[in-house]
Amino acid sequence: MKDWRYWLAEQRGTLLAFGIFIVMFVIYTSNHPAGFTANVVQTASNKGVLLAFVAMAQTLVVITAGIDLSVGMIFLLTNCLASWLVVGTPMQTTLGVIAVLAVGLLCGAINGAIVIYGRLQPIVATIATGAVYYGIGLLLRPFPGGSVNEDLADALTGRAFGVVPASLVVLLAVVLVIWVPFSRSVLGRAAYAAGSSETAAYMSGVPIRRGKFAAYTLAGLLAAIGGLFLTFFTYTGEAAYASGNSYTLFSIAAVVLGGVSLFGGKGSAIGAIFGALAFRTIGDLLFVFDFDPLWQPLFQGVILLVAVSLGAFALFRVRNRLEWFL
Amino acid sequence: MDGAAPLFRMEGISKRYGGVRALEKAELVVEAGSIHAILGENGAGKSTLIKVMAGVVAPDEGRMTLDGREATFASPGAANKAGIVCIFQELSLVPELSVADNIVISDPPKRFGMIDRKAQRRIAEEALARAGAADIHPLALVKDLPLSRRQMVEIAKALARKPRILILDEATSALTAADVSKIFAVLKRLRSEGLALLYISHRMNEIAELADQCTVFRNGRNVASYAAGSKSDNEVVELMIGREYSHIFPPKPAAVPATAAPRLEARKLSWADRLHDISLTVRAGEVVGLGGLDGQGQRELLLAFFGVLRGLSGQILIDGKSVSITSPSVARDDGIGMALIPEDRKTEGLMLPMTVRENLSFAALDRLSKAGIIDRAAEQRLIDDMVGLLAIKTAGLDIPVGALSGGNQQKVVIAKWLMRQPRIILLNDPTRGIDVGTKQELYQLMRKLADAGAAILFYSTDYDELIGCCDRVLVLYDGAVKRELVGAEITERALISSALNIHGEESPVGLGASA
Repeated sequence: MKDWRYWLAEQRGTLLAFGIFIVMFVIYTSNHPAGFTANVVQTASNKGVLLAFVAMAQTLVVITAGIDLSVGMIFLLTNCLASWLVVGTPMQTTLGVIAVLAVGLLCGAINGAIVIYGRLQPIVATIATGAVYYGIGLLLRPFPGGSVNEDLADALTGRAFGVVPASLVVLLAVVLVIWVPFSRSVLGRAAYAAGSSETAAYMSGVPIRRGKFAAYTLAGLLAAIGGLFLTFFTYTGEAAYASGNSYTLFSIAAVVLGGVSLFGGKGSAIGAIFGALAFRTIGDLLFVFDFDPLWQPLFQGVILLVAVSLGAFALFRVRNRLEWFL
Repeated sequence: MDGAAPLFRMEGISKRYGGVRALEKAELVVEAGSIHAILGENGAGKSTLIKVMAGVVAPDEGRMTLDGREATFASPGAANKAGIVCIFQELSLVPELSVADNIVISDPPKRFGMIDRKAQRRIAEEALARAGAADIHPLALVKDLPLSRRQMVEIAKALARKPRILILDEATSALTAADVSKIFAVLKRLRSEGLALLYISHRMNEIAELADQCTVFRNGRNVASYAAGSKSDNEVVELMIGREYSHIFPPKPAAVPATAAPRLEARKLSWADRLHDISLTVRAGEVVGLGGLDGQGQRELLLAFFGVLRGLSGQILIDGKSVSITSPSVARDDGIGMALIPEDRKTEGLMLPMTVRENLSFAALDRLSKAGIIDRAAEQRLIDDMVGLLAIKTAGLDIPVGALSGGNQQKVVIAKWLMRQPRIILLNDPTRGIDVGTKQELYQLMRKLADAGAAILFYSTDYDELIGCCDRVLVLYDGAVKRELVGAEITERALISSALNIHGEESPVGLGASA
């Protein structure tokens, strides 16, 4: 049986990202003054999951051969909103969480509707909607502030059973509840098919529009989950423009590191999660090796370039040069 | 009527694309339990007909009935649901998905709302086995399969949808002989199960073996229907031609002596599985045509000369000297002086939003500039010459080239290359989709350039053009030169019969690709 070979080929990008992450994380913890302890892991995972959620969101859209430049802004907007709503009694808090997630869904749905039914290019459409989402966030929180239900925040950023970081448990749950069903549903497959060859998908009677719409909408939801977690970590809401932009750009980097093809049709959100965790670990590595933090962007850039170059080797196999431009 | 309505009927179907009429009041009757062959030249309307049937394009007028009831299909999905499944010439497979994913793509098996991968795998294996392609692994990605295997997947995918009417559009063009005979057995079994099959192929021997009923299309109309075997190959070719000459071609000069040294020569060019041992010569002052059915390697041959293909084997000689053309910019350099007028002017020939002036001077910028600065005066002189020579009708040189008519756009593409005064001109179906008047001007221009000493290699899907313009025609079939026609030998009958590879003195053609 050669089944495992096909599985391996399909998961190569994800496994590569996993491998890169593990190597970096082992180097990190083994050089960390405290070593591989629950505390170190918890801190690392709390930092990592934020980007992981945003990268998952980006993955869904990139699979359809689109790009979502508003994910970072949805992330900020939902953070600002959560700092108003996720407070009070357990009942109020629950309603607040639901409202925040609903706003995320709505943002994603607006992106999807504009791109699919308005036929605007994703890159332009999401720059515009991203600016709008940021503007609303700024109206909600002109100055950093607000608060959050601290019991919930501490529970979700602490440790489950004393060892496992709760944020990782939530990440796993989100993968199981959102990503796995999506990737195995007809809509998910339509999203992949549309990203790989929209013409062939149309010719085969695939529900392309619904698939793409679902991808954009769920991307909004995932970015909102990220926004909630940001609130749980910081206890405040802040419309920090630079931070939103860097989350958007890092999410694209994480997606590429995670083996998701920017041309669409290929890759997995799980790969993107490891891509995000690996990307975050680069910064931590510099810290344990006592580098000046000023080096961080440079190193992140170099590592990203190296990782992306691996994917470019396929171009050497092209025999008709016109295919370079397809 | 006799009670038993045909399974499917098309009446008075018309379809226009811009000014071009693809179908004109076409009629077709499809009966259950039979194989119906559709014949016709390139551009006779066959592809449009089946696109209408399969819900890919909507007809401008006419009606279709299925089981005697009126039917309209808004999308390929709707046609599939009604039981009409088409295997398209351009494959409809999604490259990044697996074979199994593709086979079930329009209606995957579901369990708890998710795709049931085990059931999917079972369906895929069954369908592959039914198509006689059990050697294909259901988990393989489609993009990793060679073309002939993809075509088998395409057939398996169609079978998995349990069609009532199955349309095969050139579905065997890339298959090996062994696969073709497997597919034929499958098709005959499907016929005995009561399916209606619509079979479009240029291979007369396949049609002779399979078809019960044949319909010939010409100029968008069905011109004849007959029981298979009741007409000879020659009569069929006659039916496919049957049209008057409408173009005016410039007179041909006396033939360039065969002893003259060739300007462009190819020796045993092969590339991937698309070109096989092609040798040819083009002399200065000659217009050499490339004929044959669409997609027999003509495009690849031109790209090979122009340095676009990698891994090309064989030799290219210019003026008797072997050259290595590694990119289009090498090909156009003065030592070689080649120009390629591409097939698709909108993507490969022009930058539509940029101005006429910019488009015209792109290819010649290096000749018009000194130390990287463009000599505007020289540019203007040359552009004026070209606009005059080709009679390009434009409201000005600084309007976007996209605003011109198709014919004038094509003139810009040609003028852009003439600005380099090329010695070798390759043309890839340059008159597709342009009006008759401009066509005539282009024919005359082509002859003028040849008389001025250029060597011209001209691919056209229009047989009239090959007859009217060319001194010699090489007919390609399956990536190889099948026949060379010289001077008076270039007739429509000779072109079509050698394009279909049914030329008398050739050895009989086996099933599928030539061995």
